[in-house]
Amino acid sequence: MKKSVILSILSVFLITIFLGGCGSKDQTTLNVYNWGDYIDSSVIKQFEKETGIKVNYDTFATNEEMYVKINKGNASYDIAIPSDYMIEKMIKEGLVEKIDFNNIPNYQYIEDRFKNLEFDPTNEYSVPYMWGTLGILYNKKMVDEPVDSWDILWNPKYEKQILMLDSQRDSLAVALKKLNYSMNSTNDAELEAAKNALIEQRPLVLAYVGDEVKDKMIGEEAALAVVWGGDAVTMHRENPDLEYVIPKEGTNLFVDSIVIPSTAKHKAEAEKFIDFLCRTDIAFKNTDYIGYSTPHMEARKQLDPELANSPIAYPEPEDLENAEIFIDLGTYIEQYNRVWTEIKSH
Amino acid sequence: MVNRIMQRIYLCLIFLFLYAPIVILIVFSFNDSKSRAKWNGFTLRWYKEMIQDPQIRSALYYTLAIAIIAALIATIIGTFAAIGIHNMKRWKRNIIMNLTYLPVLNPDIVTGISLMILFIFISSRFSILSPGFGTMLLAHITFNIPYVILSVLPKLKQLDKNLYEAALDLGATPWYAFFQVILPQIAPGIVTGALLAFTLSLDDFVISFFTTGAGVSNLSILIYSMARRGVNPKINALSTVLFITVLFLLLLINARSSKDRVRKEHA
Amino acid sequence: MNKKWISAPYLVWMVIFIVVPLFLVGFYGITVRTDTGFVFSLEPLQRCFEPTYLKVLGRSVLLAAISTVICLILGYPIAMILTSKDFSDKNIYLMLFVIPMWMNFLLRTYAWLTLLEKNGLINVLLQKIGLNPIHILYTNQAVVLGMVYNFLPFMVLPIYSVLKKLDSSLIEAAQDLGANGFQTFIKVIFPLSIPGVVSGITMVFMPAVTTFVISRLLGGGHYYLIGNLIEEQFLSVGNWHFGSALSIFLMIIILISIFITSHYETDKEGSVGLW
Repeated sequence: MKKSVILSILSVFLITIFLGGCGSKDQTTLNVYNWGDYIDSSVIKQFEKETGIKVNYDTFATNEEMYVKINKGNASYDIAIPSDYMIEKMIKEGLVEKIDFNNIPNYQYIEDRFKNLEFDPTNEYSVPYMWGTLGILYNKKMVDEPVDSWDILWNPKYEKQILMLDSQRDSLAVALKKLNYSMNSTNDAELEAAKNALIEQRPLVLAYVGDEVKDKMIGEEAALAVVWGGDAVTMHRENPDLEYVIPKEGTNLFVDSIVIPSTAKHKAEAEKFIDFLCRTDIAFKNTDYIGYSTPHMEARKQLDPELANSPIAYPEPEDLENAEIFIDLGTYIEQYNRVWTEIKSH
Repeated sequence: MVNRIMQRIYLCLIFLFLYAPIVILIVFSFNDSKSRAKWNGFTLRWYKEMIQDPQIRSALYYTLAIAIIAALIATIIGTFAAIGIHNMKRWKRNIIMNLTYLPVLNPDIVTGISLMILFIFISSRFSILSPGFGTMLLAHITFNIPYVILSVLPKLKQLDKNLYEAALDLGATPWYAFFQVILPQIAPGIVTGALLAFTLSLDDFVISFFTTGAGVSNLSILIYSMARRGVNPKINALSTVLFITVLFLLLLINARSSKDRVRKEHA
Repeated sequence: MNKKWISAPYLVWMVIFIVVPLFLVGFYGITVRTDTGFVFSLEPLQRCFEPTYLKVLGRSVLLAAISTVICLILGYPIAMILTSKDFSDKNIYLMLFVIPMWMNFLLRTYAWLTLLEKNGLINVLLQKIGLNPIHILYTNQAVVLGMVYNFLPFMVLPIYSVLKKLDSSLIEAAQDLGANGFQTFIKVIFPLSIPGVVSGITMVFMPAVTTFVISRLLGGGHYYLIGNLIEEQFLSVGNWHFGSALSIFLMIIILISIFITSHYETDKEGSVGLW
């Protein structure tokens, strides 16, 4: 009896290890973790064809989701594309690796103003991929007053016609900015006020959405939505009635950059992939497809001049005077987590 | 008579409720537009895109691979477990059966997160079992085994104990007796259990969602993430293909069993 | 022969993949993480009892209960019709009833997502025949609808299998003794079908109260259920302690409801399990 128990324990362990091994079998597959709908899928195919490296492509909807998966979930991604504040946090926590920029010759095309930003001051960990602003997208046919302030998202006239982002930092930023606070506020009272504002707004909100916002706004399911500027460009292309504004109270300026998580198993291939994304033709393809603003000088030049000079996609620095970049809030983020959960549960 | 008509009408309404959404998905999978309210002409474009979509292809592969392997392993472990449990003393059997019911009764989401915690705990300490295909498979085997046991046990209860002993008396080795006498009699239970395990595994979303890792999605996970991105006609095409497959398989099984019935009646 | 040992691999498997994980959940539920490591604390469990979260729990139970009642009201007649004698082509109907269940349940939910939109097919049709459009996507009603649609078969099938086994001579006896149709139903058929009704209720209520998919897709992130709360704690907030505490909470509710209902289930094979 005893012997058989030991035997069976052994066999269960063997099966476990064997099956566990299956998953991590080492072929040259590059695991890429990116925002939903944030790449031209033909680019992946082209990379696979040119290099013979297979790409396993996964998507996330918020920075937080990505962070939890990489930090707590032990998922071994070779490439991830988070935003500024999240990169700062990941650098602090040792979750990303230094990139060998000798392997990324195409880095020279990135505009200087996107290098050495606050979240990666020495520029060792990240390569800018896209950038943009947060703003309000509205349907001209459904909204007849001028849209220039976050306040319109609290206007009862548009009850059940407003789409908010299902993303804690972004939604709280909207409320904080509406109240003229900093979107990086670490003041309990300000955060509480923002929470109450969002709770008060709940009855007016049709849904808290992620990537489906594009589909909803193009299909005219709602009148107003909080969106990222790049998505606004894509949506305007599909439905010309949709207009984008950066509210006067100020907005969020974000930079999404490519990083190599420290759990990566294929660093060399990952660098190859980063360099590939920075190649002029590829960067052009991506910015053209997803509509976000590229930090790549040459790619921008190839864009339709109307887009390349549009104030929506490429706002001048003076338009961005009261725009803030998210910064990592350290442990204060716990408060944001709690407040956001309370808003969603209300 | 009136009663019967009322019954038919009621059933028809229920079937309308059950089938209308599916039929509409199927119809709109041929619609030459992303719109889901207007008909813009017939197209097979979404089917072509679906077949070419690498994510859908790999999801299909993972779904089938996991369902087949998980059902197989769960059936083997579960069948042996059922035989062992059947031969246990009553109080011991009760304890183990209660444990067996635990994953059946426990909410999927709790099973899912508890396994997720376990796998992450193991992989962060021993650098084996990093989340992915392997962990998802282990999770599927885990929730499948109880269903196999619950399908096999009733058959064992019906079993005539004397048969096995008679075989031994006639000189059969225990294993020979097991394969020749017991196994054929509990086979229907094993098959039911295996099929149940297979379908549960095919359809599972919640547990897979929590136990998978980088780059491994089954169909359910893929559909969830696609649906969260908005309406996508490729999903319609996928639904159609899955629906037709299910329909075909069920008709096949039904035809076979009714043929058996006819044969039996004639015999 | 002593064949007990061949269940040993299963027992080991159960311990590793069922018992240990649940203990881990329990462990996380009663600890918090500090700089020095894990410290025992009741804070995660206490947080479950904050009004905000109790409200989420109340909403989950309420929506699941409403869905269960609707399933029962819709489903019982179906089971009766399917077992009634004057249905010759019963098998076909039964199969028709089962087929949608074989569709992936995410696809079924997705189907409603597209139908219920403001400019979705239902509203387009309603407007064509001159009626007012309905706005139920991203409301409680949509969530209930999704639950009923997905779980209705779970109510019908257990009732059906009990009714099918019902001794028809009992009904005839009741009728011979002068009971009308309604009396026969109330006094004979329904009491005898209670085991089926009870397992139907459990089979609908349990997945409904724990779902996070239906509320996410059809509720638009608006109507949080306890499942969404747990999912969010694990997948986007990363607070495993609170998430585990909520899971323990949920498990207790489920086990209590099973405990209550199991007292009504007498003739089921499953009565061996859990009390």
